Amino acid sequence: MPQIDQMSEIWSSQLFWLLITFGFVFFVIGKGMVPKVLDTVGMRDQQIADDLAAAQASRDAADAAEEAWRQRENANREAAQALVSESKAKAQASTEARLAEVQAGIDAQLAEAEQRIAASRAEAAAEIESVAAEAAQDIAARLAGVKVTKTAAKSAVKEAMRHA
Amino acid sequence: MAGEAEAGKVDPMHQFTVEPLLGQDWNIGGFNIAYTNSAMWMTITAVVLFVFMLGGMKRELVPGRWQMMVESFTGFIDDMLEANIGKEGRKYVPYIFSLFMFILFANLLGLLPLGIVGVHPFTFTSHFTVTGVLAIMSFAIVLIVGFWKHGLHFFSLFVPSGTPLPMVFVIAPIEFVSFLFRPFSLALRLFVAMMAGHILLKVLSGFVINGANAGIGVGAMVSIPSFALMIGISALEILVAGIQAYVFALLTSLYINDAEHLH
Repeated sequence: MPQIDQMSEIWSSQLFWLLITFGFVFFVIGKGMVPKVLDTVGMRDQQIADDLAAAQASRDAADAAEEAWRQRENANREAAQALVSESKAKAQASTEARLAEVQAGIDAQLAEAEQRIAASRAEAAAEIESVAAEAAQDIAARLAGVKVTKTAAKSAVKEAMRHA
Repeated sequence: MAGEAEAGKVDPMHQFTVEPLLGQDWNIGGFNIAYTNSAMWMTITAVVLFVFMLGGMKRELVPGRWQMMVESFTGFIDDMLEANIGKEGRKYVPYIFSLFMFILFANLLGLLPLGIVGVHPFTFTSHFTVTGVLAIMSFAIVLIVGFWKHGLHFFSLFVPSGTPLPMVFVIAPIEFVSFLFRPFSLALRLFVAMMAGHILLKVLSGFVINGANAGIGVGAMVSIPSFALMIGISALEILVAGIQAYVFALLTSLYINDAEHLH
């Protein structure tokens, strides 16, 4: 086994060159390069974390803006709806008022017309009575030669018209 | 074992031999520091790892595939330390990362089938002298951090909380021995796992070669199944290369957690 057979003659050389090469590896690579590589990784992780945080912040801001917009939108919609219903109610009220007014006018006209019709009818009836009384007076004078007074003829006509 | 190697036979241990390439007579304070094939593969590992890490230095906000790969490795170690040690684990990332990647790349580079083109890869993590040094380094960090943070209170690590007083005198020595065994188990685990896989592959490749040399009948009976097995074992070895590097890094981080937080 050369490792043991040669040990006494090679150990110093092995130790010396191992210390040189491992020393180079430790001081140049381990102490010099590794921290820089780790720094690079750390910087990248930091950058990624920062970017993620910025993205999260933007997202939150966008959410807040959307929420605010939604609230404003809802308020606007409510206001518009209120305006619409208010004007609708107003229009309805004015329509009803106008309808009532017109109805009242029509009713008044109707009542007046009815009154006029009743008056005309009464007048016509009175005329018919007087005409009938004159006719009855006349008929009685001609046919029976009886002179009938105007009042008797009138009451007789009234009696007859009530029976008719 | 090396003596058994005869002509035409494959010596499965030969791959672990360290051969000097340069400066056989370089010395520091009387100790030889020849540049060996093992040292060369340590250099290759460090360079390949450096090149790999360069891909992670583009520092782009949107990473490419290479940068992504580097970042997933650093993130993996970072997460592991975060999970095992907590916030204090951050400062151990450079060490644990270096340890994990150095072992991982060494294990993987040692598995490269470069023998086909005549270059022999050398897995230096299959040497106890190397894994031992790495384990001692980790253990030293545990001791230094433990005594630095907790002073002599660090010794309470050997008394699990809630132990009844009479049991303390039995449990403390056991805990102490198991604590002292940590660097050995750490070093041996990696060394043995890497060595065993390489020996197994070499033995099977010996079966393939010798079976083919013995004739068509034997070749079909021995070489083909051995070769199929080699393919499976190679896949397993790639897995083991990753797992052993992970285990080494994970155990080191667990031991550091003990030092940071006691129990």
